[in-house]
Amino acid sequence: MKFPENIQIPLDKWTDQAMDWVLMSFGGFFDALGSAILKFMLVVEKFFLWVPWPVLIIAVGLLAWRVMGKWWSGLMMAGMLFFMGMLGNWEMAMRTLSLVTSAVIISLAIGIPLGILMASSDMFEKILKPLLDGMQTMPSFVYLIPALMLFGLGKVPALFATIVYAVPPVIRLTNVGIREVSPSVVEAAHAFGSSYWQILFKVQLPLARPTIMVGVNQTTMMALAMVVIASMIGAKGLGFEVLLAINRIEIGRGFEAGLCIVLMAIIIDRITYAMASGKRA
Amino acid sequence: MKKIDIHNLYKIFGPHPEKVMPLLSKGMSKDAIMEKTRHGVGVADVSFDVEEGEILVVMGLSGSGKSTLVRCINRLIEPTSGKVLVNGENVLKLSDTELRHFRQKHFGMVFQNFALFPHRTVLKNVEYGLEVQKVDSAKRSDLSMQALEQVGLKGWEDSYPDQLSGGMQQRVGLARALALDADIMLMDEAFSALDPLIRRDMQDELLELQDKVQKTIVFISHDLDEAIKLGDRIVLMKDGMIVQVGTAEEILTNPANDYVAKFVEDVDMSKVITAETIMKKSETIAYYKTDGPKAALRKMKKASISKIFVSKERKLVGIVKAADAADAAKRGEKTLEHILITDIQRVSPDTPAADLFPLLATSEHPIAVVNDSNNLQGVIIKGLILAALAEGTQSNGNENDKAA
Ligand SMILES: Nc1ncnc2c1ncn2[C@@H]1O[C@H](COP(=O)(O)OP(=O)(O)O)[C@@H](O)[C@H]1O
Ligand SMILES: [Mg+2]
Repeated sequence: MKFPENIQIPLDKWTDQAMDWVLMSFGGFFDALGSAILKFMLVVEKFFLWVPWPVLIIAVGLLAWRVMGKWWSGLMMAGMLFFMGMLGNWEMAMRTLSLVTSAVIISLAIGIPLGILMASSDMFEKILKPLLDGMQTMPSFVYLIPALMLFGLGKVPALFATIVYAVPPVIRLTNVGIREVSPSVVEAAHAFGSSYWQILFKVQLPLARPTIMVGVNQTTMMALAMVVIASMIGAKGLGFEVLLAINRIEIGRGFEAGLCIVLMAIIIDRITYAMASGKRA
Repeated sequence: MKKIDIHNLYKIFGPHPEKVMPLLSKGMSKDAIMEKTRHGVGVADVSFDVEEGEILVVMGLSGSGKSTLVRCINRLIEPTSGKVLVNGENVLKLSDTELRHFRQKHFGMVFQNFALFPHRTVLKNVEYGLEVQKVDSAKRSDLSMQALEQVGLKGWEDSYPDQLSGGMQQRVGLARALALDADIMLMDEAFSALDPLIRRDMQDELLELQDKVQKTIVFISHDLDEAIKLGDRIVLMKDGMIVQVGTAEEILTNPANDYVAKFVEDVDMSKVITAETIMKKSETIAYYKTDGPKAALRKMKKASISKIFVSKERKLVGIVKAADAADAAKRGEKTLEHILITDIQRVSPDTPAADLFPLLATSEHPIAVVNDSNNLQGVIIKGLILAALAEGTQSNGNENDKAA
């Protein structure tokens, strides 16, 4: 049976109209935002493409050794990165890494302050929580649509979609981390005449640090996952390689690129996880 | 001088405290108010003051509103109504910024659960209050090291709180409050979480420290023995209200009502009652300069006693026995010089009765109660102590106090 046409609503038209209106009214703003984001991304990308590969491999090895505490962990992480180069995907990996890095930096810059705000206002928490839940249950490629509409094709919408998808964990865990700080310790800080900022920076954030770092870890992993999907709208990198391979049914090429993504995920996860669970800095 | 002066302080927990105030003034009980309005009565119509340099202990059972009361003083809890004057200034009228500066300047606080900063070293914990005040780092660490030394924690400055025992953690808490050099210390059950032996040590140390630093201390406790030991005066609370204010002795010997009487029932009276309470004050004495053996003998006969204390220029010099005085009179001696026994027991007025027993057992003479300048204040004989303890709450032997 056919659904009666006279009770269908033209949501598609409405959406288009709303979008048109947004672009009409704020087009200048999104253009400016887009070019600022692009500038930032290019700086990050330039850096990763500039760093000589042995330097990066050694740096990652040393960092892993330091945060994980075992020399062979460092060696293994460095080895995995080296292997990615051996697969011939170094440049693509660097592009992906720079996209992830930009996305994580911006996510933290937005997410940590929002988390702090959420922790200091029950009202704000009530509003934001269902929003965050919604963001995380939505299929990730849904974010591509508004990103496309606002910024067109290319790196910028890819980054935008990645940020929207990856930012919830760091907001959520910053909030939880701060709220979990023992109220009696905060009370003591108040008793000694601390201001809001002093309590935040001297007591709450340092004590919430391990929890926030778990959020950073999750945000990073989600950013990496999203990067693959984001390549559908034109961000170059490992994800783009996979996409190409699928389109052209080149199984071997797709396998190589996929393996590189897995290795990068392991390296990033191990290192940020160790940072999160590490004791006093 | 009144350091802290609290007038008609109320704290009611809940969304509409103003609706509860009339019920309270109608005399409705805390439980009934909870039942009827879902509002908790933390503190109700509390007024008292704290003298400069005094240790005032606020005592009461759990839930009686002690923590609420002490937090109303520095406004960690915002009172519903009333007045809290500190150095004559109403704390409740301060703006947020003024309140922060007021806390920095006047209040050091020590908590039951220590509430140390787990991510900071011992030294950094103690420095916290000074850091908040933006004291420069050299001075900060100087003052903090001094405070740590005062509480006997020198050498532990680089440890973290979780590496320390409970007693040591609370020493850090104490040092953290001392480092500020605030004039008032608020101590909420500061020693309650410690085991009894360590607790006693900490009490002793606090008293020793107080001799040196002379702070005004509001000390919260649920333990009467602790209150008696530390408190110059005690405020006894029940259901958010004050039931009695006074010195330990006043409360113990003269409980305001059955509640207080029950509270003080198990206290060992011999630790509480002091020499001053039980001594006989209006004892006849002989004067070394003017009285000879005959005069001394006559005074003893008149007071029906067999020994008499002798004073010279208002200072106690010794005791004379009736038999010796009679002999000396027969020998025609004109002064008490040769029969004066100078080897006698002297105690200060605040010696606990418990410490008097062994003295009485070994001494053949009555015990002299003298003040710091050796003026005779009174006399203790065996019967008086026993009578005082037997009567328990009613002290004996000082009926003449007021007259004397
Ligand atoms: N934040 C609060 N909200 C509601 N009721 C409270 C709160 N804090 C304390 N109370 C109530 O106030 C009363 C006094 O508590 P408190 O001051 O902690 O007593 P104490 O320190 O003597 O054990 C108790 O009945 C308690 O339940
Ligand atoms: Mg309490």
